[in-house]
Amino acid sequence: MSGFNRDMPSPEESFENAPVVLRLSGVTKRFGSLTANDAISFSVRRGEIVALLGENGAGKTTLMNILFGHYVADEGTVEAFGKELPAGDPRAALNAGIGMVHQHFTLAENMSVLENIVLGTESMWLIRFDHRAARTRIGKLANDFGLAVDPDKRVAALSVGERQRVEILKALYRDARVLILDEPTAVLTPNETEALFRTLKILVAEGLSIIFISHKLNEVMAVSDRVLVLRGGRLVGESVTSRTTRAELAQLMVGREIPPPSVAPATVGGPILTFNEVSTARTGTGTPLDKVSFSLNAGEITGLAGVSGNGQAALAALLSGIERPMSGSITIGGKPVANWSPQAALSSGIGRIPEDRHAIGTIVDMSVTENAISERYRTRFSRHGFLDWSAARSFAEEIIRDYDVKCPSPETRIRLLSGGNMQKLILGRALDSDPSIILANQPTRGLDVGAVSYVHQRLLQARERGAAILLISEDLDEILALADRIVVISKGRLSAPSARGERSVREIGELMAGHQDAALELAGAGNAA
Amino acid sequence: MRLEPKPQPSLAETLFYPLGAIVATFAVAALLVLAAGASPFSVFALVAKGAAGSQFALLETLTRATPLIFTGLAVAVAFRARLWNIGAEAQLYIGAVVTIVLGTGALPLPAPILLPVIMLAVMAAGALLLLGPAVLKTSFGVDEVVTTLLLNFIVLLFVSMLLEGVLKDPMGLGWPQSKRVIADAQLPRLITGKRLHFGFVIAIAAAVVTWVIMKKTALGYEMRAVGHNPDAARFAGIPVNRVLMKTALLSGGLAALAGFSEVAGLKGNLTLDLSPGFGYTGIVVAMLALLNPLGVVAAAIFVAGIFVGADAMSRSAGVPSYIAEVMVATALLTMVTAIMLTRYRIRWR
Amino acid sequence: MEAFDILLQASFWVAAIRIASPLIFATMGELICERAGVLNLGIEGIMAAGAFAGWVTVYAGGNLWTGVIIAALVGAMFGLLHGTLTVPFGLSQHVVGIGITLLATSLTYFTYRITLPEVTSPPKIAPFQPLPIPLLSEIPVVGAALFNQTPLTYLAFVTVAVVAWVLYRTPLGMAVRAAGENPAAVEAQGIGVTSIRMGAVMVGSALMAIGGAFLTMSAFNSFFFEMINGRGWICIALVVFGSWRPGKALLGAILFAAFDAYQVRLQQLTGGVVPYQIFLMMPYALSILALIAMSRRASYPKALMVPYQKGER
Repeated sequence: MSGFNRDMPSPEESFENAPVVLRLSGVTKRFGSLTANDAISFSVRRGEIVALLGENGAGKTTLMNILFGHYVADEGTVEAFGKELPAGDPRAALNAGIGMVHQHFTLAENMSVLENIVLGTESMWLIRFDHRAARTRIGKLANDFGLAVDPDKRVAALSVGERQRVEILKALYRDARVLILDEPTAVLTPNETEALFRTLKILVAEGLSIIFISHKLNEVMAVSDRVLVLRGGRLVGESVTSRTTRAELAQLMVGREIPPPSVAPATVGGPILTFNEVSTARTGTGTPLDKVSFSLNAGEITGLAGVSGNGQAALAALLSGIERPMSGSITIGGKPVANWSPQAALSSGIGRIPEDRHAIGTIVDMSVTENAISERYRTRFSRHGFLDWSAARSFAEEIIRDYDVKCPSPETRIRLLSGGNMQKLILGRALDSDPSIILANQPTRGLDVGAVSYVHQRLLQARERGAAILLISEDLDEILALADRIVVISKGRLSAPSARGERSVREIGELMAGHQDAALELAGAGNAA
Repeated sequence: MRLEPKPQPSLAETLFYPLGAIVATFAVAALLVLAAGASPFSVFALVAKGAAGSQFALLETLTRATPLIFTGLAVAVAFRARLWNIGAEAQLYIGAVVTIVLGTGALPLPAPILLPVIMLAVMAAGALLLLGPAVLKTSFGVDEVVTTLLLNFIVLLFVSMLLEGVLKDPMGLGWPQSKRVIADAQLPRLITGKRLHFGFVIAIAAAVVTWVIMKKTALGYEMRAVGHNPDAARFAGIPVNRVLMKTALLSGGLAALAGFSEVAGLKGNLTLDLSPGFGYTGIVVAMLALLNPLGVVAAAIFVAGIFVGADAMSRSAGVPSYIAEVMVATALLTMVTAIMLTRYRIRWR
Repeated sequence: MEAFDILLQASFWVAAIRIASPLIFATMGELICERAGVLNLGIEGIMAAGAFAGWVTVYAGGNLWTGVIIAALVGAMFGLLHGTLTVPFGLSQHVVGIGITLLATSLTYFTYRITLPEVTSPPKIAPFQPLPIPLLSEIPVVGAALFNQTPLTYLAFVTVAVVAWVLYRTPLGMAVRAAGENPAAVEAQGIGVTSIRMGAVMVGSALMAIGGAFLTMSAFNSFFFEMINGRGWICIALVVFGSWRPGKALLGAILFAAFDAYQVRLQQLTGGVVPYQIFLMMPYALSILALIAMSRRASYPKALMVPYQKGER
């Protein structure tokens, strides 16, 4: 643990003489009984890139929301350029030169790039504003920092990468001196990520300071000058990036050695579910599937890697039964499915773990019992249209016990459960009936380490007993650890599958960026493995 | 300012805020009474006396509560599934029209058969009337609030057309009113010589049945799930659109029974002033009852008491009876605020 | 052929524009609210309150323009109530809107009764008179229709221009549009979503009230119960019909009013063969049809009816 003693003066090299631009002192934030940030203090100097590393739920985003004035800290202060920022006032943060690029972009899609950038920079009571001057200024900024984007385009028409550039331009247009980027690479391809890093280097060369929030070790190592590690709401380590190692950071981040899940060799059976040239309709902003063919085999975990927004949502919706294929066919157990629906998916033996626990996975204002039976209330828990509440309750108690769901009682509203317990309930609901196919869509996102390994164990158990599992994750490390076979999705198309260890991370990265060999585009790839 | 969800609110809290809402409502009413130049306490005493001060007053309140129970149930059921049925008024009138069409001698059946037949037809008509907006909502995404509101006007004009046309009573001395229902199509009075009729009993029964549906059946579970989160409900395999259709049928049918009960139990014929806004007041009744079907009965009696009491009061104290409407509207707004306050804590920083 | 001739009469177009005027005010009011993300179903009641407030001010000896201002203030007060309950408190916009309509309507009737306890037929005031605009009003048909109206009608058209300018050309308008699309975008730029939405609901409600006041102070000269008669609900349909754009909504209001004026004349022409109620139903039926027709194409504000809390994304 050398170099991480917080009582020692920070080992700073080229920045030790640079002026401090931002200082947090003793920032504490509680939500009910949860302490999201516990007495956090650090400072940022001019011209450096500071990485804020931590797992999901470590308190990174809360901290930045306090810094930016979305939240008010219970204790502690934030100082920018020597002056204390008033609490809970984003405008003051902006005026002090702090810019923030949120993980979920804060752009109004119905307006142009230019309108989004100038929003809030002019007095509200102007009867008109100078489009031309704004356009010139944006053009210059875009040029100087390599952030090309057409100012007159509507945001709705922009790609994800372009949107992020608009977000950065928004901050620069306001003369931000400190730029906070919250998980900026989550939605980018490896190439776009590299371009972003180039821009960041230009920015610090110009004297800006950057706080780079991430849970990805590689990126933190690649781009930051200094790294702060956050765990369970507390700052647990700080180091100059060049003096630390990946392994050391990983250990700090999770607090203990995480043993990689021990994965026994798979005993793969035959295909249970097969997609044959399946395409889906274009709905909303999501990428539809484009003639996707693959199959899921018994006793095997298939990992679907890819940058967010490349068709994972469409594939998950299809497997969940929410969407129907526009063309192509799905066969389960050798029989083509007809009248596809969530009900049909359930009765074909698909256990589903959805991506969004709050919005889709559970009904947060209903009780644990009511949520536990939601997939089977008609078949298992009702007779002649009347619900058997005592059976429902004992089923809920069974899940609570078997899946270690911590909750006061089966009557508790889901809203009051932690994310991990919510996920365990969903897991119990999906796995209780021993489904032959399992869709696990981002099953561990936002969970603490304990809950993550619990979910992994359960998935591996299901694989042992012969279930065919599709693991969708944006976390490549998770897929590399669990999947027996990896397919990569890009722009709604799938790569040919590769066995564990067959492709290098670099190769997978290329596929995620959509650079496929012609050979890999051969149809019927799913049966190749 | 931000709202933070409270953990399970205590019993004291769940009672405190709704009671506060009632108190606030009376405070607003007191201000209005003062503005009208009367003393709030004597006016409230008169309202209470007019609502429950005598056997006559009580029976009158229960009589007035009867249609409100039906419309309140209709709204409670619909709002549970977040189907915003603001068209109970139209459904009530359609129910009344069907009662007149079938009850003025067209069906030669004895009372024990005729009344259930009329009731079924009435419910079917009301159900179908709400099915339209429900289909427009599920298949075109047209907001059902606006369509049900607009339908209220269309239906009222339709009734007006009927009353000046095919349903016009030739003996009506030129008034736009229908013929009277035949004796076999009349609901009996509960107490001879008083206005309270069997419709009240049907209303209570309807409340119990609705309560059972909401609490004990798979349909009730589906409706609540759809109301809380249609996306999650769809994911779980609940047929959301079909549930909304069933909700619409149930809600429309219940509201139409209000029209049946008013015509067959109380008025005997159909006129354009059959309902002084029972459909809209049903919204308040349902919200005051926190959408609980059994609570609807209590809320309907409370609201009816205010109306009946205010009528009596305005005759003697000279404060306009519109104060009842103001109180009912105020109660709606204070009650939804109270419900929010029992679930969330306001943090000012 | 007579049915067609109606369209060429100046008096028909004069009536159409007169019928359109209150709808234009109220539609602009609703449009502002919805652009900021708040569905204001209080519109029907707020129009009634505005109609009474404007009229009673003049009846009590006030100036006509004072009446308009009082009406606007009364509307803004109801907007403040609606906004408080739906924006920071985040209550259901449906339920609150209906509640505001019930409250505004009943308070209006109550106040009418205590202000004028004795009257049996409503007293009259001297309403706004047509103000012909020199030269322009002499253009055949169009001149009479557009340039020989009361000042309040001119104000309606000015309102559309102002609303359109503010929404699309000023920083304030940008903030309003962004608040209805993605409130997080507004807050991230240091603007308070709550104040933008509250302001929009108050200004919008004031316009609705002026729309109501037009009925008692320009179209007619006294106040009746039930005089709004669903006009508010129709305006909500007009906002959808106009795809939340002031220009298109104006066009919709005029088209709608022309249809309304036309059906009245057609009613006289058919001489009672068709029941008059059928004609009276048409505006409501037309509104429903407009909603259905536009449902697929409408690009509604994404955050409409979605309450927002600070720091939420």
